[in-house]
Amino acid sequence: MGRAGHIWWQAIWRKPKLANAHLVIRQIYQLGVLSVVITVMSGFAIGAVLALQGYNQLVKYGSESSLGLGVALVLVMEIGPVVSALLFAGRAGSSLTAEIGLMKATEQLSSMEMIGVDPLQRIVAPRLWAGFISMPILGLMFSVVGIWGASLVGVDWLGVHEGAFWSIMQEGVDFKNHVLKGIVKTIAFGLVITWIAVFQGYDAMPTSEGISSATTKTVVYSSVSVLILDFFLTLVMFNF
Amino acid sequence: MQMRSIEIIVGAFMLAGIISLAVLAIRVSGFNVGAETNTYSLYARFDNIGGLVRRSKVSIGGVVIGRVAEIRLDQDTYTALVRMEIDRDVQTISTDSTATILTDGLLGGKYIGISIGAEEAFLVNGDEITDTQSAIVLEELIGRFLLKKF
Repeated sequence: MGRAGHIWWQAIWRKPKLANAHLVIRQIYQLGVLSVVITVMSGFAIGAVLALQGYNQLVKYGSESSLGLGVALVLVMEIGPVVSALLFAGRAGSSLTAEIGLMKATEQLSSMEMIGVDPLQRIVAPRLWAGFISMPILGLMFSVVGIWGASLVGVDWLGVHEGAFWSIMQEGVDFKNHVLKGIVKTIAFGLVITWIAVFQGYDAMPTSEGISSATTKTVVYSSVSVLILDFFLTLVMFNF
Repeated sequence: MQMRSIEIIVGAFMLAGIISLAVLAIRVSGFNVGAETNTYSLYARFDNIGGLVRRSKVSIGGVVIGRVAEIRLDQDTYTALVRMEIDRDVQTISTDSTATILTDGLLGGKYIGISIGAEEAFLVNGDEITDTQSAIVLEELIGRFLLKKF
């Protein structure tokens, strides 16, 4: 933990160097852009399922027009940030760990040090920053696509009144209280996931088993810490 | 892949993020920057506001014409002072109108319904609706029914 904190601290403060911007952009492509398809597909599916299940429950009380509100609140505050973070951990975190672990195993990292290039600055920092930037964007996309999926199922298929669906949603969802707090969550998750992934790769045993176990650890640790962190963030931010 | 095309794709990715944020702000949460200037304030005093909260609806004949902006306790009279923000389009609320706290359906939230009076003069910004009816509290109603004090 101490070593992980040290690496993170060192890497974050070595960023302010504009020459490294292209490395960050390349990593945003690797971590963020390549995760868009899986995020969008999952978001759509989850939004659609939420609409189906929610409709079945709400229609009993004749309040199916609140469907949009329910789905939007759940997606923006909880499911959007958490599920996209779990997907991000599986899709991007594991590849980060494997990549850095392999660099270590093939002694690329130590050769870099040898020729006077700081691997923390060259390898670790861009990845941390890229994760930190990509995660909120993916979370936002997830929520938007989820709400779109819910409206497709709820309004176009199950026949919830379109005006009521959107107006009740707009009435109940507050930008500052719900949307912004959801974004804060995704930023925190992005930090935690990339931190764990990079550290696991950096700390991996330089063997094939070492890399495989480090990759597994990344996914397990980051998934669990996202869920636990989500509980505490909710506890603090939503004033319980 | 070429660095240039990666840069363009990453730019598009960032743009998609900003568009998502805008969609969430405008379409989902109804975030409206200029909303403050398009309303004027009316006040009303109630003995009991029941479950009325900030952002509850204010309506005339079921049509939403504004929102509850602020609720506080008037410490001199121990009544609830409610400030409502009414749309600028609705200018013709006569001075003898009645404000009643109503319930939206059986399980819905509370809202304020305004019934228009017969006076020719209209309320303007900062005026108070004097004729009000408090929320019906179910427990009181049952209690009165049991004591046959109707």
